[in-house]
Amino acid sequence: MTDCRKLRLSLESTLDSIDAAELIVQRLAELNGFNEDQVHQIGMGVRETVANAVKHGNAFNLAKRVSFDAAIDEAAFEVTVTDQGAGFEPEDVADPCEGDNLLRASGRGLLMMKAFFDEVEVGRCAGTGTRVRLVKYCAKGAS
Amino acid sequence: MSLSTEVREYSGVTIVDMTGRITLGEESGHVRDTVRGLLDGGATKIVLNLAGVTYIDSSGLGELVSAYTTSRNQGCEIKLLNVQAKVQDLLQITKLHTVFHCLTDETEAVTSF
Repeated sequence: MTDCRKLRLSLESTLDSIDAAELIVQRLAELNGFNEDQVHQIGMGVRETVANAVKHGNAFNLAKRVSFDAAIDEAAFEVTVTDQGAGFEPEDVADPCEGDNLLRASGRGLLMMKAFFDEVEVGRCAGTGTRVRLVKYCAKGAS
Repeated sequence: MSLSTEVREYSGVTIVDMTGRITLGEESGHVRDTVRGLLDGGATKIVLNLAGVTYIDSSGLGELVSAYTTSRNQGCEIKLLNVQAKVQDLLQITKLHTVFHCLTDETEAVTSF
């Protein structure tokens, strides 16, 4: 990335961190020329990612942190969120749109991340839990 | 912006006017408590008026689904009214538009039961 703005935060495993992450990425996206719909999508996708890290990864354990990295330039907005939980296998996540899964109360976060970002990578980090990398291209996803 | 709710009755139907965001935490809990209270009070026809709800996250969607299934299991039907565009998009993405009956006119919603 050229002329790249970067931000690194260590977030508490609290609900307030979810709101804060959403507001921060929305502001960054606005400043870098993303349109209103894209700003909404970026905010929502990041909200889901940080919420998963806080709730499912770190289980609201205040001794565990959520690492948040954002990088933005004229080409793309990239966010990486890492928790300190036990990790999970993305393949084990049931399709929330299929059959009786539609009536489940949870399991839609990953689907929403994929709907709102151009790239979504979920991986495990040795000793640090789950890492999710989101990329939204500036030239794509105008709606 | 937190979530506020106002409950009213119209022709035997319980209408819940919602304003704010439905997200993980207090707001989702507020939806759960409100619907449970109505079910405990004997409601059998509920319309959730989402005209003032511009933002729902996956937890909020999950809470609406829970409200739907809990109500159905108790013989109560829940319908959605005035779903805003961004929320409607979410219902499409998650295919929950195939679960919820969504209406745009209050009178039509009340007579649809």
